[in-house]
Amino acid sequence: MIGILDYGMGNLHSVCSALKRLHVPYIVSSNHDELRQSNGIILPGVGAFRDAMVCLKRDGHIAFLREYAESKPMLGICLGMQLLFDESEENGLTPGLSLLKGRVIRFTGSDVMRETYKVPHMGWNHLDFKKPESPLLQGLSEDYAYFVHSYYVMTSDESLLIATAGYHVEVPAIVGKGHVFGTQFHPEKSGPSGLAILKNFCSLAQGGVRT
Amino acid sequence: MLAKRIIPCLDVKDGRVVKGIQFEALQEAGDPVELAKFYNREGADELVFLDISASSEGRETMVDVVRRVAEQLSIPFTVGGGIKTLDDIKRMLRAGADKVSLNSSAVLNPRLIEEGAAYFGSQCIVVAIDAKYHPATESYHVYTHGGKQLTELDAIEWAQKAVTCGAGEILLTSMDKDGEKSGFHRELTRAVNDAVSVPVIASGGAGKAKDFYDVFTDAHADAALAASIFHFKETSISHVKDYLKAKGVVVR
Repeated sequence: MIGILDYGMGNLHSVCSALKRLHVPYIVSSNHDELRQSNGIILPGVGAFRDAMVCLKRDGHIAFLREYAESKPMLGICLGMQLLFDESEENGLTPGLSLLKGRVIRFTGSDVMRETYKVPHMGWNHLDFKKPESPLLQGLSEDYAYFVHSYYVMTSDESLLIATAGYHVEVPAIVGKGHVFGTQFHPEKSGPSGLAILKNFCSLAQGGVRT
Repeated sequence: MLAKRIIPCLDVKDGRVVKGIQFEALQEAGDPVELAKFYNREGADELVFLDISASSEGRETMVDVVRRVAEQLSIPFTVGGGIKTLDDIKRMLRAGADKVSLNSSAVLNPRLIEEGAAYFGSQCIVVAIDAKYHPATESYHVYTHGGKQLTELDAIEWAQKAVTCGAGEILLTSMDKDGEKSGFHRELTRAVNDAVSVPVIASGGAGKAKDFYDVFTDAHADAALAASIFHFKETSISHVKDYLKAKGVVVR
């Protein structure tokens, strides 16, 4: 069973529909005892980093998520992925969960040639696999995924990068260390490939794939 | 690199897709869920559902349509038509829509854009603009109420204001080109695209694959929307995408 943490910031609906279609049993909960029964947790998220951390802190989820991540798989989606990192510059520097090393920064909107580009990074972008051997990418070939975000992860730890996408900078698209994973795009909105990535995470959590 | 998006638009009235759709393969041609699945398989990058119901019962039915589509679809979709209040936006997004499209209501009350963006984020607020060229003023005027009501607004200035209020995307329809099948309005699309910092979806005038190529390369549209040419199988999404790929345009 997969636990989806309901902390007041996610678009839970689309993640739930995707799991339903994959026939993966899940619960949506904010109760730690219930969530401890799950084999893996999904941390969704739409909105601003600071607001999300306020919600996580208010309900005592920070310590719970850190403890959970020590023993079981976790997948952060979009803002949920950004929350896994050390800190974000969104609305003033805010500390994150520090499960992965890096800082979340805003797209500048102009590249090295001073050409301006659009922010948010919105639409389908190509995934470049950096670690095709990752359990999340089993059975997949490089494809497009659906992104909507104005902030992205900057990390000095290149070993975290499972897949990237090019949007004037190299955007970490799938990250992971041990069994803590994140996707900057929305796998639940990324067609069959996105669903396959979600399914791989669920299989990993349920012991179908070994890390 | 970001792919150019191809977006079919479906008109829904009282829970059924209308305006005639010619797909023999589909048992129930008017079912929005079946059509959504069909276009998803065909390679649509996103879908737009426009609610043209006139009654409140029809609008209620739309919430149910959104819920059923959301259960089946794993690509983003937008719902427009008749969304007038923050509560309307909430209902559609909570039913599973990824974005809402605001048209007349945004013109009458730009605060609705601000409130929607503040509450749910700019990424789910699309502002739809219907524009028509007026030779007398040599500018594009905004029309509301399904193209029936002329306003004083200049389309380019309104697009800028909508983005300042928090619109995350502009869905730009040229009334001059709509239904003509002679290609998208490149000049208008380019002008709006140059004026705003968010993605622009070109609409109105699609007739053949080359029209998509032209609006992507010449007017730099981020996405292009079409209805009848897909519904009547004059071309298909996969054909348009093959054409674009062969010409070096990045598509999914």
